[in-house]
Amino acid sequence: MKNDIILAGVGGQGILSIAAAIGMASVNSNLHIKQAEVHGMSQRGGDVQSHLRISDQPIASDLIPAGKTDLIISVEPMEGLRYLPFLAPNGWLVTNTTPFNNIPDYPETDALMGEIKKVKNHVAIDADTIAKEAGSSRASNIVMLGAASLFLDIPFEKIEEGIKQLFGRKGEEIVELNLKALRAGREFSEKNKS
Amino acid sequence: MNKQLLLGDEAIAQGAIDGGLSGIYAYPGTPSTEIMEYIQGSKQAAELNIHRKWSANEKTAMEAAIGMSYAGKRAMVCFKHVGLNVAADAFINASITGVNGGLVVVSADDPSMHSSQNEQDSRFYAKFAMIPILEPSNQQEAYDMTYHAFELSEKLNVPVLLRITTRLAHSRADVQRKETKKQNGIKLPSNPRQFVLLPAIAKKNYKGLLQQQPAMEEESDKSTFNTFINGKNTDMGIITTGIAYNYLMENYPDRNCPYPVVKISQYPIPRKMVTELYNSCKSLLIIEEGYPIVEDAMKGFMNIGKPIHGRLDGTLPRDGELNPNIVAKALGLSFTEGQPVPDVVKNRPPSLCQGCSHRDVYADLNEAMKDYGTGRVLADIGCYTLGALPPFNAINSCVDMGASITMAKGAADAGLVPAVAVIGDSTFTHSGMTGLLDAVIENTPITIIISDNSTTGMTGGQDSSATGKIVQICQGIGVKPEHIRVITPLKKNHEDNVKVMKEELAYNGVSVIIPQRECIQTAARRKKMEKKQ
Repeated sequence: MKNDIILAGVGGQGILSIAAAIGMASVNSNLHIKQAEVHGMSQRGGDVQSHLRISDQPIASDLIPAGKTDLIISVEPMEGLRYLPFLAPNGWLVTNTTPFNNIPDYPETDALMGEIKKVKNHVAIDADTIAKEAGSSRASNIVMLGAASLFLDIPFEKIEEGIKQLFGRKGEEIVELNLKALRAGREFSEKNKS
Repeated sequence: MNKQLLLGDEAIAQGAIDGGLSGIYAYPGTPSTEIMEYIQGSKQAAELNIHRKWSANEKTAMEAAIGMSYAGKRAMVCFKHVGLNVAADAFINASITGVNGGLVVVSADDPSMHSSQNEQDSRFYAKFAMIPILEPSNQQEAYDMTYHAFELSEKLNVPVLLRITTRLAHSRADVQRKETKKQNGIKLPSNPRQFVLLPAIAKKNYKGLLQQQPAMEEESDKSTFNTFINGKNTDMGIITTGIAYNYLMENYPDRNCPYPVVKISQYPIPRKMVTELYNSCKSLLIIEEGYPIVEDAMKGFMNIGKPIHGRLDGTLPRDGELNPNIVAKALGLSFTEGQPVPDVVKNRPPSLCQGCSHRDVYADLNEAMKDYGTGRVLADIGCYTLGALPPFNAINSCVDMGASITMAKGAADAGLVPAVAVIGDSTFTHSGMTGLLDAVIENTPITIIISDNSTTGMTGGQDSSATGKIVQICQGIGVKPEHIRVITPLKKNHEDNVKVMKEELAYNGVSVIIPQRECIQTAARRKKMEKKQ
């Protein structure tokens, strides 16, 4: 078993919380994990990514080879496309459709959606709206995690467990909200995987 | 003990704590910052009363660590690669003094310059200082090596350099801990003159360092961190250093590389292993994350032996970070490539936060400079370096920590009057103060803007040694009080601030303008902490 995942977004969007949840679920499943993050200058509103590798065998490289990524999770529609050179022919792109526009030449939504639809396996999800329906727009990353969880070889219960561990300190209400967001994301993928 | 998921930096920090550390000294710098941060946040470190405060710069950090070693305890210094330049005087001489308590120097290199102005390879410094290097290939090794490094340092009577690169520093993996060792007690050096580098003593110490070289080589040859891995195909032998080993093995999913491999993680280069590889193979491929140091050593100037491939002959790129595909190409293996990036994807460079005080400073400065034209603003290293990019296009240099003030002075000496320096608060106390003294002594006509956001911003908001002290420091150095102007960089103060800047630009001597407003990120974190308490 091996899942090579790229998390994509903009500095400050909190992609590392998704990585942390998957990481926790992997450790709880006794899997090997390597997760390369970006710190420092790029965090200032620039594009950021994280390579997350999970396997039942020891993992060599911290970086995923180009063309070998099983899953790109993008919390913003343009950033996922930046890593298409890494995506395997049968890999999945799971992307949020809510743009993070902090540059003057940010592309038109239609143009972005056109490119996303060209990717053979993709799920485009309005995570912000679904998160709001679940109780808080701040849970949009957890909606994304839920949507992506369908393509991970980790039992869904382990991911739920990871969420409980991550948010446990913040109280029962926050845990429930995030679990709801997680399940809503998962449900969307089940219905809409193309 | 259970396995923990740790960044490379955190593995080093935990390895040091468990290895009997008594004090860590550091100045923030990507990708090294999280080592100190982990120890500052560690309950265990607090219980063990380990010294864990930031230093003013890398040189003061290095010297304090030498002092702790002098007193017999185990000390660690951490910085990014260019920080080692700042600490170099102390670092090189620490190999001449030798150590008393174990002394470990961690230098984090940044190949591909993710967050740096160069990609210098710290291993050169260790060769220069003639001390051993440990270069982990994964997080577990980072932990194990740090744990072991203090003893190695004490055994060989030299500091040990632990060299890591960005990818290891900022990648997480599971790490198995060992038992925590007891700290050393205070114990003065048995030779009271060991640390007195008067020429007569230094000459003796230096001969001692030279005599230690074979022992260091022997340590490398028997080190468990260096391994000789047999392979059937001797057409080529492979040497990897540090994490380059991972990129090699990534290309053999069952980990069966057909070629013999020497995996180097401890230096000096293990002579016996490497000689055996050279003698048994028809050619060599050297895969190094960083400069081609081992490759250069293997080739020699005359390059008259067997063919040796690597970064120097173009088999691997001469610059930049390695990855599995680059190494696949060098091995002549096929590799995958995904789809190209669609044209619709635009660059998204880092930028100053909305609401950041530096934004207002540049809006004010650009307005104030209109009469003088562009090309006069010498800046420094920090978030405000992003002022070089649109929409500000406000600054004309970024060379090294503290260079803004001294470069402005040199430009003014050349006749570029007025010349302006832009420097942050933490960078000012790091190495701007001495340059200010130079300018004050000659009353050079420069205007220095110390953009004070009361934090070390770019690296994530560590405490700044300058906080609350800048005005007094400038007064103490001798800037005339009427030319020290404190302003508040806010949109509503734009006109007033421009006026202040124009007045000081017109003054024919040293003036310092201090725009003061806390970093919005640091302020948000502080408020969150206060709310918690």
